[in-house]
Amino acid sequence: MAKKTQSAAPAKTGKRVDVHYLTRVEGHGNIVVEIEADGRVSACRWEVPEAPRFFEAMLIGRDYRDVHHITSRICGICSIGHQLASLQATEDALDIRVSEQTLLLRRLAVHGENLQSHLLHIAYLVLPDLMGVDSVIPLAETHKDALLKLVAARRMSNEFCRIICGRTTHPQRMTPGGWMRIPSIQDLTALRALLVESLPNLDFAVDLVASLADKIPSFERKTEYIALVSPTDYALYWGEVGSSQDERHPVRDYKSVTREYCVPQSTAKWSKNVDESYMVGALARFNLNAGKLTPGAAAAAAKLGLKPGCTNPFMNTVAQLVECVHSVEDSVALIDKLLARGPREEALPPIRVKAGKGAGAVEVPRGILFHAYEYDANGRIFQADCVIPTNQNHANIQKDMEALVPTLADKSEAEIELILSMLVRAYDPCISCSTHTLDLRPGQEKKLVRFVRK
Amino acid sequence: MTAKPRIAFFDFAGCEGDQLQVANLEERLLDILGHVEVVSFREVATRSAETYDVAFVEGSITRPEDIERIKRIRAGAGVLVALGACACIGGINCLKNFLAENVYREEVYGPSARWYPTAPARPIKSVVQVDAEIPGCPVDPAEFARVVKEVLLGKTPWLPDWPVCVECKEAGNICRFEMGRMCLGIITRAGCGACCVTEGAHCWGCRGLVPGANLDSARIVLDRAGQDRRAVQDLLRFYLGDTAATL
Repeated sequence: MAKKTQSAAPAKTGKRVDVHYLTRVEGHGNIVVEIEADGRVSACRWEVPEAPRFFEAMLIGRDYRDVHHITSRICGICSIGHQLASLQATEDALDIRVSEQTLLLRRLAVHGENLQSHLLHIAYLVLPDLMGVDSVIPLAETHKDALLKLVAARRMSNEFCRIICGRTTHPQRMTPGGWMRIPSIQDLTALRALLVESLPNLDFAVDLVASLADKIPSFERKTEYIALVSPTDYALYWGEVGSSQDERHPVRDYKSVTREYCVPQSTAKWSKNVDESYMVGALARFNLNAGKLTPGAAAAAAKLGLKPGCTNPFMNTVAQLVECVHSVEDSVALIDKLLARGPREEALPPIRVKAGKGAGAVEVPRGILFHAYEYDANGRIFQADCVIPTNQNHANIQKDMEALVPTLADKSEAEIELILSMLVRAYDPCISCSTHTLDLRPGQEKKLVRFVRK
Repeated sequence: MTAKPRIAFFDFAGCEGDQLQVANLEERLLDILGHVEVVSFREVATRSAETYDVAFVEGSITRPEDIERIKRIRAGAGVLVALGACACIGGINCLKNFLAENVYREEVYGPSARWYPTAPARPIKSVVQVDAEIPGCPVDPAEFARVVKEVLLGKTPWLPDWPVCVECKEAGNICRFEMGRMCLGIITRAGCGACCVTEGAHCWGCRGLVPGANLDSARIVLDRAGQDRRAVQDLLRFYLGDTAATL
């Protein structure tokens, strides 16, 4: 009997992986896995112990002109995306129409931020895993040339955000109805040149990641993918809420898609739509919109072996790299459009303060981001809701772990820890954004949770 | 000190935008990293240590458990540097302090609101001694590099003790008050080059009060700008919620 041979051999002990504060992610997250001696998985949890910051409450009573400034501080990395979703929600509520130039600048801003965040994630956070080191710092010695090319690409993305938005983090030029300072023709021309110059560096990154493809775990789990979709382009700034398994919904109906709920074993709110969980982010966007990528980005996807319908969450990082190429190429086209019409200072549209409700959605680096506000007659918020991509992904991370861990039972604790850390990192979670995570401690698990926002 | 100084980064409630600004130093960061040993930077590296020559701390104290953690960090740190508005002055997190606790808890968490430990948001210096501050929302990468250099040389880092208005004039901006708008450049510590005004916005006060800020005079100026008291209060509460700026 198996039991007897076991007792004769050195006692086989179970395995425990307890990652307290996962590194190389933004915010605080823990991984807890316990595998019994017989291979049974007795615990498998993705936990979020981030301090709550109460942003939705902080917005109550605030004037519509200040809201985008406050909400951008939800996240340093996605500060542009939070401003854009926030401005859309405010403009929707107060019936503010923005000019074509403002739309072009905002679409550029989305590209700048996605590039900035994706390149940070690919080069600084994921590459060390693929190279078998614990941080980007030793790569400065061993792979200096490669690193400098990636750093140069990232410097371009920072310069991009500075030229369009005024600063690399927490932009200052956006306001309800328009843009406070327009980049000059010289700035736009210089940015265009920087973008074109960065393409070889991105090609290099594509080749580098393609050469490391065998380091990306092959793990498939079918799930639902949700992202903005639009008939005209690879939707990032504007569109409807699309799904791989559901009909499209207008952004105002976002709650019927995000359907947040809570389960006892999770520390964070989960989301589900038609499937048991869903994924947002670069892979979701790619799966829903791949046909609308620019030619260079489509070629990069082919080189990287990424095809629509991909169900390997580890490939999210690869999809981010494809999006980088897309963002550079599409930005060049947008700048050409701006230059052709001539960038000019524009007066803000007249704004009539009134009571109203509005919603906005933007594809930020980690996925679809919703803001929704209700204003009173004085243009002050009395209810606010922000649904952040990482929160929408928590359930999917957990479900991935539940499917992945049983296949890892034979591996060492260190290997299990690495693969699970890589899985979570692939989602590029941005946990400090998680404005409404919950801490469900033992003993409180039985309490039913009802959320005000439901 | 023959060995390289050991530096560490920690974060409390905040958006991590300040650590991002540090990462945004790009090549310059690689230079700095040549002169120090990073022993804890969760956002970038997989390792941590118990003691460090210099600890950079981002974010505000907002929970009872944060107090224990910041005390441990303080005990292990030679020099403790507060990084960014949340750590230096409490920053935007203090907005919740103006709401009743049951209101902000229940607005976000509903009837389960009582489970989650929370407390009024505070700057780091309200709990432990802070040796140097790098203000701003977010911090300015160049100022970070300067302060790091000064700390590593054993100097006491300095901060400008004049208001943003000085730098705003240097930048050649039209005064926001001349445009019928409001601005906190008159009472805010300089060092940012009036970057927000230059980019079309106004000063939000993220670097904290300039030493000796004349709040009485500021009130007169703000009132004269023709804005109502509530708008003035809104602006002062953005970042200065933990100060005595009671306008």
